[in-house]
Amino acid sequence: MTTDLKVTPARVVRSEWLKFRSLQSSPIAAVGAVVGMVALGWMVSAITADRWPQMTAQNRANFDPADTSIRGYVLVQLVLGVLGVLTVSGEYGTGMIRSTFSAVPTRLPVVWAKAAVFAVVAFVVGEFSSFAAFLGGQAFLSSQHIEASLSDPGVFRAVFGVGLYMTGVGLIGVALGWLIRHTAGAIATLVGLLLIVPGLAGALPENWANHVVPYLPSIAGQALVNLRPEPFMLAPWTGFAWFCGEVVLALAAAAIVVKRRDA
Amino acid sequence: MIEAQALSKRYGDKTAVDGVTFAVKPGVVTGFLGPNGAGKSTTIRMIMGLDAPTSGSVTVNGKAYARHPAPISEVGALLEAKAVHTGRSAYHHLLALALTTGIGRKRVEEVLDLVGLTEAAHRRVGGFSLGMGQRLGVAAALLGDPATLVLDEPVNGLDPQGILWIRTLLRRLAAEGRTVFVSSHLMSEMALTADHLVVIGRGRVIADTSVSEFIDRASARVVRVRTPQAAELRARLTGPGIDVTSVEPDLLEVHGLDSASVGLVACRAAIPLEELAPVQASLEEAFMELTDDALEYRVHETEQRAS
Repeated sequence: MTTDLKVTPARVVRSEWLKFRSLQSSPIAAVGAVVGMVALGWMVSAITADRWPQMTAQNRANFDPADTSIRGYVLVQLVLGVLGVLTVSGEYGTGMIRSTFSAVPTRLPVVWAKAAVFAVVAFVVGEFSSFAAFLGGQAFLSSQHIEASLSDPGVFRAVFGVGLYMTGVGLIGVALGWLIRHTAGAIATLVGLLLIVPGLAGALPENWANHVVPYLPSIAGQALVNLRPEPFMLAPWTGFAWFCGEVVLALAAAAIVVKRRDA
Repeated sequence: MIEAQALSKRYGDKTAVDGVTFAVKPGVVTGFLGPNGAGKSTTIRMIMGLDAPTSGSVTVNGKAYARHPAPISEVGALLEAKAVHTGRSAYHHLLALALTTGIGRKRVEEVLDLVGLTEAAHRRVGGFSLGMGQRLGVAAALLGDPATLVLDEPVNGLDPQGILWIRTLLRRLAAEGRTVFVSSHLMSEMALTADHLVVIGRGRVIADTSVSEFIDRASARVVRVRTPQAAELRARLTGPGIDVTSVEPDLLEVHGLDSASVGLVACRAAIPLEELAPVQASLEEAFMELTDDALEYRVHETEQRAS
């Protein structure tokens, strides 16, 4: 009897998927991310299309139709990051983690299963919201014949990249949840890491900043998404590879800490 | 079978568990008794692999808990406090645990029924009373039908009906041949539920014995005797280890003799007795006496260190 009741990675994944689905916060955050991405993309696109006839030549030159419609990811990444934090810190906050680790006392399968489940969810939500924001946004812009197409250079990469980037941000959230365990602290760290550190690093002397800023997680990851890259940024896939490396590093650190620390 | 070998846990300077060795055998309910802060929960967390011992080891059925391939079918645990996400329903909580090891929905419904939570199964755990939370914890412990059960303060927050239910359940589980290890700080509860006791105070085992032996051992023999000639009787009750105190002018408490011997002394001296009764210490008193010793020992030890 005990042989077919072994804990296996697949079973832990099934358990984590049920855990994710059975909390009210999960669908709310997922829907929130989609709505936020779509609303921002469509709204900005609609407003731009409306103002286009009165816009100056300079403003028109700075305009990028694809970027305009997917720009919302700068805010929406936080929704997925916070949801990632909560999948872990929620267990620590309620004491659930002790039940979880009693059922899976080797612990690491839980770390990997949570990451896998959350990666799939974030990827689906990220891609769906990004393409919906892009396609809807272009429909608004087409009234002025200024829309972009997915076959334009770099556009597919950027739109698809938003989903990939947001998946990575979600996983950083998961890793921070393991490392910090407290919801508020982990969220503050996430926001600091993604939004505040790049700003502060920009205040460094220029020759230093150029060696640091491009490699910061959010800057490296956004290289994939950016259609108008700053000169100091890494090439799209190089930047994204760095970003992936940093995500893996964060999860590895989480695994080490979880294995060593008392629950 | 749970075996702890010189098990210790230190948190910084504080020693929570200090070289504890004991074995919990199958087929009986073993009470794990000690005042709050004695190290019970820490010991239980080490059994369940949640906390790593600073030194020593603890095994369940011959292996560290984490080394069992089907953990919740090996040991079921009710952990202190609610170890449940408040946003999830009881049913989903149990199902999530069940899925890790391939246990089906049918078993989840079974244990919900067993603890009487079927009606509340789909309500969020956040709205549960303490007693319902304990019932859910018991359901989680029974989920894998384990041969070993570890329950930390299971009667906490239960109403009298719930306490009776737990008591009956634990005895039944032990009678089925399972190893049942139950912690409590309530001596009276253990007197009714447990067959065997592991008593812990300040992180050390101070007794590992059957409940009846525990009471015998810890309670000094005391006999209460009422007589109009108290002073005369007192004068005759002398000898090594015998100590007599007078409670009222005509009432004595004799330590170190049993009632038969006191009666015989009185008879030989033709002293009339109005009352002669052995005083049996309750488990509560026995426990206080033992933990008092542990406390004095500790105070003494720190004094020595200071000097």
